[in-house]
Amino acid sequence: MRDSVYRRALSFTNAHLWKLVHIDILLMASLLLLISGGLFILYSASGQDVAMVERQVFRLAVGLLVCLVLAQLPPKYMRRASPALFIFLAVLLICVLLFGVGAKGAQRWLALPGGLRFQPSEIMKIVMPMMIAWYFSDKQLPPSFKQIVIVLALIATPVLLIAKQPDLGTSLLVAVSGIFVLFLAGLGWRYILGAAALAPIAGYTLWQFMHDYQRQRVLTFLNPESDPLGSGWNIIQSKTAIGSGGLYGKGFLEGTQAQLDFLPESHTDFIIAVLAEEFGMLGCGVLILAYLLVIARGLYISATAEDNYARLLAGSLTLTFFVYMFVNIGMVSGILPVVGVPLPLVSYGGTSIITIMATFGILMSIQTHKRAR
Amino acid sequence: MSRRHQNFRNYRQEQRLTQHRLIAAALFVLILAMILMARLFYLQVIEHDLYQTKADDNRVMLVTQPPPRGLIYDRNGLILADNTPIHSLTIIPERVEDFAKLKKMLSGIIEISDAEWEDFDERLKEYRRPYQSLTLKSQLTDEEWAKVAVDLYKLDGVQVEAQLTRYYPYGEAFAHAIGYVGRITSKDLETVDKQAYQGALFIGKTGVEGFYEKTLFGEAGLSKVEVNARGRIMSELDRQNPTPGKDLHLFLDARLQQYAYDLLGNYTGSVVAIDPTTGGVLALVSKPGYDPNLFVRGISYDDYKILRQSKKLPLFNRALRGGYPPASTIKPFMALAGLEYGFSSWTERYFAKGYYQINPDGRRYRDWKRTGHGWIDLERSIIESVDTYYYQLANKMGITPIHNFLTRFGFGQSNLLDLNGQSDGLLPSNEWKKAKYKEPWYPGDSVNVGIGQGFMVATPVQIASATSALASRGHYFYPRMANTIGDEPAVFEDGRGDEHDIVLKDQRNWERMVDAMRKVITDSHGTARRLQGTKYDIAGKTGTGQVFSLQEDQEYDADSLEKRLHDHALFIGFAPAKNPKISIFAIFENGGSSSKPADLSKALFDAYLYDDYPERYDYLKGNKNEG
Repeated sequence: MRDSVYRRALSFTNAHLWKLVHIDILLMASLLLLISGGLFILYSASGQDVAMVERQVFRLAVGLLVCLVLAQLPPKYMRRASPALFIFLAVLLICVLLFGVGAKGAQRWLALPGGLRFQPSEIMKIVMPMMIAWYFSDKQLPPSFKQIVIVLALIATPVLLIAKQPDLGTSLLVAVSGIFVLFLAGLGWRYILGAAALAPIAGYTLWQFMHDYQRQRVLTFLNPESDPLGSGWNIIQSKTAIGSGGLYGKGFLEGTQAQLDFLPESHTDFIIAVLAEEFGMLGCGVLILAYLLVIARGLYISATAEDNYARLLAGSLTLTFFVYMFVNIGMVSGILPVVGVPLPLVSYGGTSIITIMATFGILMSIQTHKRAR
Repeated sequence: MSRRHQNFRNYRQEQRLTQHRLIAAALFVLILAMILMARLFYLQVIEHDLYQTKADDNRVMLVTQPPPRGLIYDRNGLILADNTPIHSLTIIPERVEDFAKLKKMLSGIIEISDAEWEDFDERLKEYRRPYQSLTLKSQLTDEEWAKVAVDLYKLDGVQVEAQLTRYYPYGEAFAHAIGYVGRITSKDLETVDKQAYQGALFIGKTGVEGFYEKTLFGEAGLSKVEVNARGRIMSELDRQNPTPGKDLHLFLDARLQQYAYDLLGNYTGSVVAIDPTTGGVLALVSKPGYDPNLFVRGISYDDYKILRQSKKLPLFNRALRGGYPPASTIKPFMALAGLEYGFSSWTERYFAKGYYQINPDGRRYRDWKRTGHGWIDLERSIIESVDTYYYQLANKMGITPIHNFLTRFGFGQSNLLDLNGQSDGLLPSNEWKKAKYKEPWYPGDSVNVGIGQGFMVATPVQIASATSALASRGHYFYPRMANTIGDEPAVFEDGRGDEHDIVLKDQRNWERMVDAMRKVITDSHGTARRLQGTKYDIAGKTGTGQVFSLQEDQEYDADSLEKRLHDHALFIGFAPAKNPKISIFAIFENGGSSSKPADLSKALFDAYLYDDYPERYDYLKGNKNEG
């Protein structure tokens, strides 16, 4: 071991250097491409608010730091910490329900001393796949029926706790991140097809448990024109922004929907509409391509990972990242209901940037801690 | 089954399993990404035009600037309809957080009626652009304005907007001539360019205001502005300034109008004065009138109810729509008709008894003078207003010549060029009676029409304009309100406003008829001899219109009758007889004797011809050099 480090330090090739500091250069390059493009759009979406862009840069810097720190941590430590982290977060989620703070009838935050606030459900997005991957790490794949049931129970616990806050969007994403592990672990296709067949029934049951404002979102999604000045306003305006952008867009800072404030939430959830209006379908295509680069690298890291834990975790995190992007663009362009998922790494906003950058830290760790072949 | 129970795990195989799953997931990712691109393609390429239009509709707003309304002047440059600034309380609903709270706060500052709130709530429900203000209370008094202004900073979403409103300084005497403007209704918008009236407060409803709406309104200015989502104007893209409405200069004489209105006293009635040399209407009075300013503000339900339910019918424009029997004022025209068609002559003599019978033992048509007038001629039949003469003349003529001849003087048709809502009156004919009653025309019908009674009905404007034609010796002008529009003389479509001559077979008959009408005043038996003693000649004719028909042997006893059943008192006249400058028709409803309208006419002649107005009318003098 010592010898190998020594040898690597001596050879001093680029590849070796990056391996030494545990940075995956390809993933980092795609991320920086995405981030810089995102800042560019944010400048326009914020109404050329330099201060806002600076705050975003600061957050991204913190995120990068988290990413780099996690990248130095060998995956085996993560694996060992997984169950403890999971239990700890589950307890915190119960605390949220008991003592949480929030707004608009939802309790999502834990207040920390010093006026800080902390959203455990956000971290659960990472810890959930860690837990399931840990569960499978010493099991033989594909999973048995009993294992599937145990895993589903593991997934359901935090998901229900989060849904109770209520935060439907996050709870679904947490569920998805766990289910992806199950899928990658080789969940039988018959289960998958069976679940697909049961989806309508599940949907109906879900509807019964929904809050009025959540139902309203679904109804508005199905027919935004029914309330053009109320809840349908957002989606009508975002579709108008996207559609009026055309193939090449209206030009940077020239989008009338975005610049004249017709587009709501233009710097947060609906930021893709700004890009679509000002840079057209071409700009959107470039952005989606940048995402696909990140995802392709993530899937590659997963496919070449050393053990089940790393493989399953890397794959799930990558696919969850894709889901964020898909759900966000889908909702802004009107093919999915408005569920309040930000466009990852591009939307202005706090916690999600940190957790997403943490995700990529884990991926880099997995990639750079492989034993030399 | 088997693999799971092996002691040695096949790590290679497990890795391959996950890798296969990753490939499946990658495929799935690609498919979903393509769905997103397809969606973007649909929105941005296929539906692009639709959304481009929507985006432009969002950001581009046409702001209409209402033009200042043209003013209305009388013949002496006195402003009869003015524009004055008012302040209205308006609300931008989007800026109001709590309407209940605002309502409470506002009611602590100024009085806002429930009706105003209801009206506001109603309009709030209609589709409107976000962040456009809605009027809650228009026409704040200076005191209210001051009160609101002090607290405005506390009232989110509330603002005071300045606008121009219409003001009629001289009120009710002018209401039926000038008309009024009122709030634009959705029905009004069907007849005008909606875009032009966006932002306008008023539209002309009646009178001159109604007829000349287009001229007075002008052309709205349009500015194309770019707005943000809060309705804030960010930039002006294009601009077209409003063209102010054109001013109207009327023939109307404000002093004459007010004087005539006052001279009617407590009677209901109408006075129409026309300048025979132009057809210009000098006075158009219908009494009682009403305060037109009430309608500008938006009349309250209670006020409107009072006007609607008044027995004196203040909202009824008698001058244009009042259907009266012309009574004896028809006689000069009837006499000219007889001359025209050879049924009478100036020399032929007639023995006038106290009554006339078509058949020896038929119904007796009574003369106003029970003893009769004895031997008379045509001239004396005018002077003394001999009923029997006209009974026999009408009977001889029959209705067709009467109809044809009176049509030439404008009876049976609305002839005032520039006011809406005139009644045609009724000039009966064979065809009319057949259509209306499915009965033939009887000789008795003609006899009644001969003295301007029976089926015949005419409006004050009609009788006045026919009188004006007598005054001008057949040089006929259609009566008109407007003299000039802007600086141009008023012209009318299809040459309708053109003057023309009513040519008689013997044109000398004009002068002889005027002479006979002059003698109505100068002759010692003339029915209007009470008007003697002027320094100019008046030609005139009295009339007493029966409100109900007396039975054959019934005596008219004014004292025993209710006032509303008294005869209408009428007078037509013009002066100076030789070269008339003014002709008048006046009617006092249920006035009993024709002395009242005759005296009124004389007072108006004096005033108009010699500027002999009571001093109290000086405020209506105007300034001829102005305008």
